[in-house]
Amino acid sequence: MATLEINDLHVSVETEGGPNEILRGVDLTVKQGETHAIMGPNGSGKSTLAYSLAGHPKYTITGGSVKLDGEDVLEMSVDERARAGVFLAMQYPVEVPGVSVSNFLRTSATAIRGEAPKLRTWVKEVKEAMERLSIDPSFAERNVNEGFSGGEKKRHEILQLELLKPKIAILDETDSGLDVDALRVVSEGVNRVRESGEVGTLLITHYTRILRYIKPDHVHVFAKGRIAESGGPELADKLEEEGYEEYVKGGATA
Amino acid sequence: MAEAQNIPVGSNTTGSIAVAAESTTATRMSAPPSFDVADFPVPHGREEEWRFTPLDRLKGLHDGSAQGTGAIKAEVSAPEGVTVESVSRDDARIGRAGKPVDRVAAQAFSSFEKASVISVPKDAVLSEPVRVTLHGEGGVTYGHTVFDIGAFAEAVIVIDHTGDGVRSANVEFVLGDGAKVTVVSVQDWDDTAVHCSQHNALVGRDATFKSVVVTFGGDLVRLNPRVNYGGPGAEAELYGLYFTDAGQHQEHRLLVDHDTPNCRSNVAYKGALQGDDAHAVWIGDVLIQAPATGTDTYELNRNLVLTDGARVDSVPNLEIETGEIVGAGHASATGRFDDEQLFYLMARGIPEMEARRLVVRGFFAELVQQIGLPDVEERLIARIEAELEASVA
Repeated sequence: MATLEINDLHVSVETEGGPNEILRGVDLTVKQGETHAIMGPNGSGKSTLAYSLAGHPKYTITGGSVKLDGEDVLEMSVDERARAGVFLAMQYPVEVPGVSVSNFLRTSATAIRGEAPKLRTWVKEVKEAMERLSIDPSFAERNVNEGFSGGEKKRHEILQLELLKPKIAILDETDSGLDVDALRVVSEGVNRVRESGEVGTLLITHYTRILRYIKPDHVHVFAKGRIAESGGPELADKLEEEGYEEYVKGGATA
Repeated sequence: MAEAQNIPVGSNTTGSIAVAAESTTATRMSAPPSFDVADFPVPHGREEEWRFTPLDRLKGLHDGSAQGTGAIKAEVSAPEGVTVESVSRDDARIGRAGKPVDRVAAQAFSSFEKASVISVPKDAVLSEPVRVTLHGEGGVTYGHTVFDIGAFAEAVIVIDHTGDGVRSANVEFVLGDGAKVTVVSVQDWDDTAVHCSQHNALVGRDATFKSVVVTFGGDLVRLNPRVNYGGPGAEAELYGLYFTDAGQHQEHRLLVDHDTPNCRSNVAYKGALQGDDAHAVWIGDVLIQAPATGTDTYELNRNLVLTDGARVDSVPNLEIETGEIVGAGHASATGRFDDEQLFYLMARGIPEMEARRLVVRGFFAELVQQIGLPDVEERLIARIEAELEASVA
């Protein structure tokens, strides 16, 4: 069973005034089949955690470890992490002009699976996955994320999640900017992947809204670069009522 | 692609752009256009039209010292109905599409012995392209070619340049009313070749001229594709693609002269650069003269700088002498390889080299898709793949 273990993770970014520590000792274990919601106010470091796990070059790991089934994730390049089974659904997916969605998906699936998917079954697989997410077939010929609406970008991220079947899925504010219908479609996509029981999910969100559709097993409150409190789904209810005030007061952070 | 970074004149830093704030195309030339080389002073390198070009690598094309004693193998294959003639310089069909605008072009005009005139008769719709293959066999050669396209004729012309040598030759395209012509000029020279050429198109009433310039090779390539209109309703599309490697100088200087009402022009050139001292120059001049009401024009240049040490000078100029137009615009942007694109692709398991290739292919694909000739498109993509295989590693 796949397990992602984050131990005492410290991460900095370079700023004009020198390195700025954003993550200050994150401990978290996510097992296959589990869903962890990470909730926290803006600037608490949630997205930094997501991008650090995926290996974005902007972030410098200054301490701690991240292991996937005992393998050192931090030693891996970005593409190696993805092939090892780490998937990041991005808050702001990047436009790649001139690269069609169909070409991108196939290149990616080929890399992740280690061989090119059989064309006939692949076309069917993509078509069905797109239908389930209410993505128009014409998307396949459009350039990756170019001119996509916010909702279209997020559905395209979840499409990749469904096709690439990672061991660990990190969803970075996938709910932000979505209307209720789009939120439902996207959540259903995430739930289909969760129901396979083969993915551990790290759901990063600012709002409790998405938790109506995706039920977490564990809820963590993120504040000042670390997990401030952990609990079950009831913790989300408390946050819904009381907000993050309790966690941000006292002590300034960057 | 990265957003446009427009940097003021004078700060031509590596991989950036200079956008001229003011210009008058005519006054920027050091001499008025002329067929006679004696009308042009020998350039010293600071003239507007020469300031980006390394004169010492022109092998004497600019100062009269290059003697046309070299050899080039020329082959023309043309479908039935097309005539191919070799004529002397007093033939009336020569020189109609425009005069040489710089000393090198005038030298070529003054030095060629025989010109080729390739004629497509009125109303002929060619089933096959006219193919001209020029293979340099060393030394300096001069030449002049006229494509004379009759009214309402439709033709595709493919001109291929390969081999080694120093080549200076001008090409004219004279399009009759309603003619439709696509020209593909491929500069696939050996890395030591030098090539200068002025392409003049005179586009007749309601005619359509599409030019596709593809430059991969050569030590120094300097082309001047120019368009004039012979009547209203004419349309010109100028596409270009270049892949500038270490040490290469590839320069494309375009002019679209709107002096006739209700004509259209669309210019799109894209280049990728890699390696030390790879230097690409793109000058895009569009002139909308006072009589040219109803003009619709747009020009674009995009550059993708793949490595340190490469340099782009991109200068779009638009001069408008009438406000009674449909539209006029230009855009120029030079971007470095976008790390965010790279991260996104790699975060989906795609290895770095493959991700880079995917992005470069994508960068050119947008342009290649506009050519509209499947066999030419396939050939270009294959050629881009080969450049990438050889280099993005």
